Amino acid sequence: MNAVGYTAVAGQIVAVTAGAPLLTGWMRQVRARLEGRAGAGVLQPWRDARKLLRKEPITPAGTGPAFRAAPALLVATTVVTAALVPLLSTDTPVSGHADLIVVVSLIALGTLALALAGLDTGTAFGGMGASREMTVAALVEPTILLSVFALSIPAGTTNIPAIVTGAVDEPARLASPAGLLAVAALAVAVLAETGRIPVDNPSTHLELTMIHEAMVLEYAGPDLALVELGAQMRLTLLLGLLSSLFVPWGIATTGSWAALAVALVLLAAKLVLLGAVLAAAEVFWAKVRLFRVPELLAGSFLLALLAVTASYFLTGAS
Amino acid sequence: MNGGLYTQLLDLACGLFLLAAVLVLWVRELAVIVRIFALQGIALAALAVLLGAHEQRWDLIGVGIGIGLLRAGVLPYLMRRALAAITADRQRYGTAVAESRETQPLVNVAASLLTAALLTLLAYAVARPLTELNPTPATRALPVGLAVVLIGFFVLVTRRRALAQVVGFLLLDNGITATAFLATSGVPLIVELGVSFDVLLAVLVLQILTTRMREAFGTTDIDDLRELHD
Repeated sequence: MNAVGYTAVAGQIVAVTAGAPLLTGWMRQVRARLEGRAGAGVLQPWRDARKLLRKEPITPAGTGPAFRAAPALLVATTVVTAALVPLLSTDTPVSGHADLIVVVSLIALGTLALALAGLDTGTAFGGMGASREMTVAALVEPTILLSVFALSIPAGTTNIPAIVTGAVDEPARLASPAGLLAVAALAVAVLAETGRIPVDNPSTHLELTMIHEAMVLEYAGPDLALVELGAQMRLTLLLGLLSSLFVPWGIATTGSWAALAVALVLLAAKLVLLGAVLAAAEVFWAKVRLFRVPELLAGSFLLALLAVTASYFLTGAS
Repeated sequence: MNGGLYTQLLDLACGLFLLAAVLVLWVRELAVIVRIFALQGIALAALAVLLGAHEQRWDLIGVGIGIGLLRAGVLPYLMRRALAAITADRQRYGTAVAESRETQPLVNVAASLLTAALLTLLAYAVARPLTELNPTPATRALPVGLAVVLIGFFVLVTRRRALAQVVGFLLLDNGITATAFLATSGVPLIVELGVSFDVLLAVLVLQILTTRMREAFGTTDIDDLRELHD
């Protein structure tokens, strides 16, 4: 059992790290095809990373340790979170530590590291991006916490593997109003946290609108490769978390090799599907004006809060 | 009907009912607000039909269907007609967009969403002693009705367009009806008929009032109604 558990943890880390650029490439490819372009291929983010890694590391003059540590910190927090969150199996040696609050604070730590790096460069864009990112993050973190709390109330614990196991046993929990509201709230929060289209546009460098890109403008070479890998991994991780919480079927709940293999295949299938849906939706959406973003996030916070209150007064089949 | 399925469907109807009220606060397009109101009417009708089916009272199912026809069919139709009249008139001056949107509510959208959250919590706190008297799935959903009443009041006081105010008034009424259903498993048919005709009449009168306002001021912004004339 222990061997299977450790393999599951290693599998999650490898799947998120290696799969993240592929997922991004896949989403760009879907988007390109829908827009009538040929697209660069699914492997393009890996090729970009290889090109960047070969370059000479350069840091701008006057930047301090915050700037240099941020890419590594971003990737490191994401790797730890990937090990904790039940993407493949709920029965791992670390599943006892996979508390909701730990996971959210690890994600927030990565955001904070990047924002500090943006401030550290001392350029106008870095500071602007950092301030915007913190505005968004301040609204997103409570939303993520609340929407998962709505699911943790029926489970009676904030331990994410326990929530997922409970949902596998009782699918009725997810079809309740609380579950549905929580899905909507968490989906908006994930879009905002990963800087996808209604909140931020990942493919432009327009100075007036960018959030994430503004913070990382000064990075080059291997550091830039790490920052991009970190952003891609966060997207993969959060989409994986979303699918684990709301479509938990197929995740291994016992320590058997066959279940683990099935879980890996199903995780890939869910992520590919979710990525395709997200990319297709992005073709039809426009980016929301920056001053409208708090409105969108307040709405998703409200949905999360309603999910929590609804799980009190609409307590399902009891 | 089996108990688990009944509870789940009832919860879904209540959730949809509450969500529709919140969405009215979120969107600005008046046409979309009317459509969301129709959706809420369907949720309310489903609530009544579910309660009727659970207690096997045919009159309650009849009331539910009647409510569905009135609140998801007739009232949205009337409001859509009023909206079309307003915008068609303004098209000539190129201000139709300003007239068909709730552009400047007295409380901005983000703040009103947060207020809606607080109102829901308040409704939950207030309804708790009532629920404890007889905790069934229906009475446990009582806060939903109260929350919609409070949100309806909030829409009434913060929105400026006459049509948005009508929707606020109807939200309030939907909330009262839902509370009656959930707390007492339905009011007698004759009372419900009286209330429904009352609401229909109120909307007709408000529609005429909206038209008159537009003729007098050229806009449906109720801030222009500052003083009474004889």
